[in-house]
Amino acid sequence: MDATSGQAAAGGRVYLDAASSAPLHPVARAALLAGLDDGWSDPARLYTEARRARQLLDAAREAVAAVLGARPDEVSFCASGTQAAHLAVLGGLAGRRRAGDTLVHSAVEHSAVLHAAETHVAAGGRAVPVPVDRAGVADLTAFTAAVHGPGVAVAALMSANHEVGTVQPVAEAVAACADAGLPLYVDAAQSVGRVAVPPGWSLLSASAHKWGGPPGVGVLVIRKGVRWSSPLPADEREQGRVPGFGNLPAVVAAAASLRARAAEMADEAARLGPLVDRIRERVAATVADVEVVGHPTDRLPHLVTFSCLYVDGEALLHALDARGFAVSSGSSCTSSTLTPSHVLEAMGVLSHGNVRVSLHRDTTEDEVERFLATLPGVVDELRRTAGVQGL
Amino acid sequence: MSAPALVLDCLGQRCPLPVIALARRIGEVEPGAIVRVLADDPAARVDIPAWCRMRDQEFLGATEVDGAPAFDVRRRA
Repeated sequence: MDATSGQAAAGGRVYLDAASSAPLHPVARAALLAGLDDGWSDPARLYTEARRARQLLDAAREAVAAVLGARPDEVSFCASGTQAAHLAVLGGLAGRRRAGDTLVHSAVEHSAVLHAAETHVAAGGRAVPVPVDRAGVADLTAFTAAVHGPGVAVAALMSANHEVGTVQPVAEAVAACADAGLPLYVDAAQSVGRVAVPPGWSLLSASAHKWGGPPGVGVLVIRKGVRWSSPLPADEREQGRVPGFGNLPAVVAAAASLRARAAEMADEAARLGPLVDRIRERVAATVADVEVVGHPTDRLPHLVTFSCLYVDGEALLHALDARGFAVSSGSSCTSSTLTPSHVLEAMGVLSHGNVRVSLHRDTTEDEVERFLATLPGVVDELRRTAGVQGL
Repeated sequence: MSAPALVLDCLGQRCPLPVIALARRIGEVEPGAIVRVLADDPAARVDIPAWCRMRDQEFLGATEVDGAPAFDVRRRA
C-alpha cells in the first residue's frame, strides 16, 4: 500500500453508500439542535412546555405530509423504516383479516417487508411472491393475476429497489389493486427525497436516514379510509398507530431535512443521474467481464450496481475501503447469513463480486472520477491474485 | 439426460470458487458433453446459471447428488 492508502488517492475518504444511510443534511443538524432545546417535553400534556413540543410535532407532521401528498393525520412517526414497514404490512393485514389472509408482494421487496411476510405466514397467513425480470421489474401480469386471487388482503410493491435502483411500476400496481378492491402498500424508503412517488397508494413507509435525516425515524402513512389495525399494543401516541414516547428532536430534524430535500430534489436528480450514467458506461467499458445490473433507464438517479465475474465481493469491498472508498455489496460473502442477495437471485444475475454505489448531495464529480480511475486496477489485482485472468 | 462427462466437487467452497472451477475445467470435455458442479454455497444456484448466460454455455438445471446440490452445464463450444 502506498502513502495515500485509505485516502481515496489523496482526496480524502469517498462515501458512496447513501442507499444504506445518507450523510446528515445540514438542515437536519440545525433542526436537531433546535429540537433538543424545545422538543424534550411530552407533547401529549397540557402545559406551556408541552404545547411547544406539540407545535413542533404538528409542524413536522404537516411538512412530511405535504411532501408525501398526504394529510397530516395520515402520517405517523416511528423508530425506523423497518418498523414502519412491519407496521404497514402486519397492520394492513390485520385490518383486513375479514377480506382474507393473503399478502401479495414482489420478490425483491426489502427484507423488512419479507420478514413481516414471514411473521404473517408463521401465524397461519399466506404470502404470494411475484417474480421480476432480469432488470428487476416486477412482472405486472403476474402481479395483476395475484391481486385478483382469492383472499388477498394487501399487496406490497416497493417504489424502487434498494439494491439495484430499478423503479417499479407503482402507477400500474395502483390501478390493478384498485380494480381488485384492495390496498397497495408502497415501501418508498429509497425514493422519498429523491424522486416523486406516484399517487394512489393506500399505505406507505419511508426512512429519514435515507434522505439525510437523522437515524431512528421511520414514517408510516395510512390513507384515510384504509383499514388498519395495530399489530402492537396501542397507546394514545401517533393516532394509536405507534406506541411509546417518540424521539421528537429527531422527528423535527427528519421533517426539516425532508422539506429541504424536496426543494432540491429535481436539481439533485439532474446532477446525480448523469454521474450514475457515467459509472454505468465507464465500468462496463473499463472492467472486463462485468455485469451492470438494474434497469438501464427506469431507475433511481443515485444508485448503480454491478457484479465482477470471478471476484470475491468481500475482498473487493475491503480493497476499495483500503483505498478510501465506502461501497456496499449484495454478495453472499458480505452478508452475515452467507446467502446471496434475494434481489440479485430473483433477477437471475451474477451475485458474486457485487458492488453497489450510491451517491448523495455531497458526492462530487471528482469523487466519482477517482472511483472510476481506481476500480479497474483493484478488480485486475484481485483477479491476478486469484489466477482467474483470461478464464 | 446423459451422464456428466466431468464432475467437479466444490462442496465446502465459497463463491466464486465453484464458478471459477467450472470456467477452468469446462474445456476438458467435448462440446455437447455435460459438466456437473457439486456446490453447497447458496450463491452457486444464482451464479452458475448467470455464468452460463454470460459465457454462452447451456445451463441444464439443478439436481441433488447424495443430498448435495448439483448443477449441470452442457458445453456449447
